[in-house]
Amino acid sequence: MGKAVIDVPPKGGFSFDLYKRNAMLSKDGVQLPPFTKTGTTIVGLIFQDGVILGADTRATSGSIVCDKNCEKIHYMAPNIYCCGAGTAADTEAVTDMVSSQLQLHRYHTGRESRVVTALTYLKRHLFSYQGHVSAALVLGGVDFTGPHLHTIYPHGSTDTLPYATMGSGSLAAMAIFESKYKEGLTRDEGVQLVTEAICSGIFNDLGSGSNVDICVITKGNKEFLRNHLQPNPRTYVSPKEYSFTKKTEVLLTKITPLKEKVKVTEVGDAMEE
Amino acid sequence: MTKQHANWSPYDNNGGSVVAIAGADYCVVAADTRMSTGYSILTRGYSKICKLADKSFMASSGFQADVKALQKHLSAKHLIYQHQHNKQMSCPAMAQLLSNTLYYKRFFPYYAFNVLGGLDNEGKGCVFTYDAVGSYERVGYSAQGSGSTLIMPFLDNQLKSPSPLLLPAVDAVTPLSEGEAIDLVKTVFASATERDIYTGDRLEIVVLNADGTRYEYMELRKD
Repeated sequence: MGKAVIDVPPKGGFSFDLYKRNAMLSKDGVQLPPFTKTGTTIVGLIFQDGVILGADTRATSGSIVCDKNCEKIHYMAPNIYCCGAGTAADTEAVTDMVSSQLQLHRYHTGRESRVVTALTYLKRHLFSYQGHVSAALVLGGVDFTGPHLHTIYPHGSTDTLPYATMGSGSLAAMAIFESKYKEGLTRDEGVQLVTEAICSGIFNDLGSGSNVDICVITKGNKEFLRNHLQPNPRTYVSPKEYSFTKKTEVLLTKITPLKEKVKVTEVGDAMEE
Repeated sequence: MTKQHANWSPYDNNGGSVVAIAGADYCVVAADTRMSTGYSILTRGYSKICKLADKSFMASSGFQADVKALQKHLSAKHLIYQHQHNKQMSCPAMAQLLSNTLYYKRFFPYYAFNVLGGLDNEGKGCVFTYDAVGSYERVGYSAQGSGSTLIMPFLDNQLKSPSPLLLPAVDAVTPLSEGEAIDLVKTVFASATERDIYTGDRLEIVVLNADGTRYEYMELRKD
């Protein structure tokens, strides 16, 4: 076997090989295809017994909705969940990666994961990519030291807060939190407030929409309420069934048999199994 | 030394979709009522449809400030016409006027994407579709605005002749009844609302026929 020269991207990181080509194309007026951003309203708040996370379910690509019911609350550990806003591929990749790292860490230490561990893994990763990994996260969970809620920005900075919002609908949601949040909320009050904040984002921000997802995390227990609220049903379904009878018109039928290259003859035994 | 470009634009896009369908003896003009800017909603109840004459309704998507100015200009021109000719402008005449008005500002265009719907002098439905600088064509149906790319292919599938290669060419009006056309418009807007963030809130439908003009409204998704 001779030396096989395969063009493999360097281990990890970004490959900038296409930079020259892209620069040339953009000079010719070709635009980059818009990547799927989650538009998004994501929130988190700390209540009496733990943490509640909330998110909308709309994913947009430019001004088009590409997913009407996507999941933005990602699993990190049995006691830790993370909401993601920004580029969908980035939030998905970074949360999956850190979730795996946390599992390995659990095996290594023999203990339940701590929220600050997830926080540190995430911020170190995001900082090292200098903001190019466009993931804005709301991380929440309950561990041995108590309930925790953090926000993480694409460049790698973090905040520790009693209530937090991120995404294009963050202002609409924060308006609700700033009006109605108080310490020591009960579970039902907390879920109600989170639902209101996400709904504010859904109806007032065009980048957010569809349904409300909720995740309630308490000591030793979690409740993932997928589509807890569905306030946007389709408003009109035609009573008449639409038919799609028009097919591509056949203008001409011409059959050209291919010339046989190999003559096939049936010989003796079939191949052994 | 590359040319310095302005970091301020005189235009904004307020979004929304407009549709018009012409029938044998009716015309349907429809538009959503959402007005937005960027990711925010300015209002959920703004009408994009303007009555230019008894039998001419214009629906416009794009920059609503330019649309408002355009509507005012056309209404004024129509008033003068009525004084001079002692009659209302016909829809095809209004179509030509709109085209001329748009081309007049060829080098600082009205950021307006228009469809003009109405009844011609014979009482048949007519729809004219425009680009921003006045190129226009009489058609059987049309969609403009942010949801047009979602709506037009479906209308083509339901209303157009199977293939432009097959002759004879089909007439400019659709064979649908008025009720079927309204049902189609409602379906098409409900669908566009699902996938276009700028379309939604409420649908305004104007129906013109021999008996006069009728307005209908339907709720759309508000998210």
